[in-house]
Amino acid sequence: MSPLFLIQKLKINGVQNFLWASVLLLLALGTCSTSSLAKEAEPLASDEVVEARLVHIAEELRCLVCQNESLSSSRADLAEDLRAQVREQIIKGKTDQEIKDYLVERYGDFVLYRPAVKPMTWLLWFGPFACLLIALGVLLIAIKRRNEKIQVKEFTSDQSHDVGQWVHMQEQKADQFINATETHTKKLKD
Amino acid sequence: MKKFLIPLVLFGVLVLFLAVGLKRDPHEIPSPLINKAAPDFSLQTLTGTAPFSPQDLKGKVWMLNVWATWCVSCREEHPVLVAFSKQIGVPIVGLSYKEIQPQDDPEKKLSPEALLKLARSRGSVWLERHGNPYTLSVMDLDGRVGIDYGVYGVPETYIIDKNGVIRYKQIGPVTPQTLSETIIPIIKGLENS
Repeated sequence: MSPLFLIQKLKINGVQNFLWASVLLLLALGTCSTSSLAKEAEPLASDEVVEARLVHIAEELRCLVCQNESLSSSRADLAEDLRAQVREQIIKGKTDQEIKDYLVERYGDFVLYRPAVKPMTWLLWFGPFACLLIALGVLLIAIKRRNEKIQVKEFTSDQSHDVGQWVHMQEQKADQFINATETHTKKLKD
Repeated sequence: MKKFLIPLVLFGVLVLFLAVGLKRDPHEIPSPLINKAAPDFSLQTLTGTAPFSPQDLKGKVWMLNVWATWCVSCREEHPVLVAFSKQIGVPIVGLSYKEIQPQDDPEKKLSPEALLKLARSRGSVWLERHGNPYTLSVMDLDGRVGIDYGVYGVPETYIIDKNGVIRYKQIGPVTPQTLSETIIPIIKGLENS
């Protein structure tokens, strides 16, 4: 019987009825949700040390189905199977490196989030630093050239003579202007 | 050389790299097993005949095709394989990969025998309906052999040479185009060697 149907039947007209209706409603909802949630979580491996190592290894490995997820966080079926494999090998006493090698043998370097340093991956590992060095070199050369261009140049004696004359002329003009304004104001006062 | 051309050329190179990158499928991971010995196994067959091992086909060029009835792309690939099996005489071994999925037996009540029986009946019905290209099919219920072969997406197809070495891996469905352009030439080359 649906909760809504119950409320209709009770014909709510008082606070008491309303309370009863809510209690019934909650009970109905409660039984629904518990029945749908009644599924136990999968048991973890008994050994916590094994589980910690599993997480540690699986975080460094890529899930091949959802490639942007690590093996430890992926919910893909294959990831689950591979985790089971890793777990089995940990229990057998294999080292981290042996377990990673086991997966690389089957799925290639692609499973490693931290690829091995070897001639094929040199560009990957050192490329960015090489680019940075080249960029720094270019920058240094550019700055050096620019500094050479804008160096302060001394005036030749001719040039400084010309400048002196120009300044002198400007001073004379200013004096003339001041004199003119002074005579003009005097005239106005008189 | 004119100076403004330098960034232009660099930009061109960058675009070229990105354009090539766009056309590559990130799901096709090159297999490290190419040119290595095919991992050995011994598995029950679909029909219940004696267990099959790759050793049984030493001296022959053969194909291993990973399939499952729940796999959608396998259905797409299947008619191509059926036609191919009639056309060329190489043995095609089917690897029925994890036929029983976790949701088929959520409470893990079924015994290993019951699981094998269910998987066999499902596989047989499917092959009856869609045609059977396989010389025989083996049952990889827990996917362990699949892991040894580096299977990460069904369907996958391997070509194995007379010495038991993997020579080619096809990820995803086999199409008439890949058959005629890649798979058949490889098989012919291996058979003549």
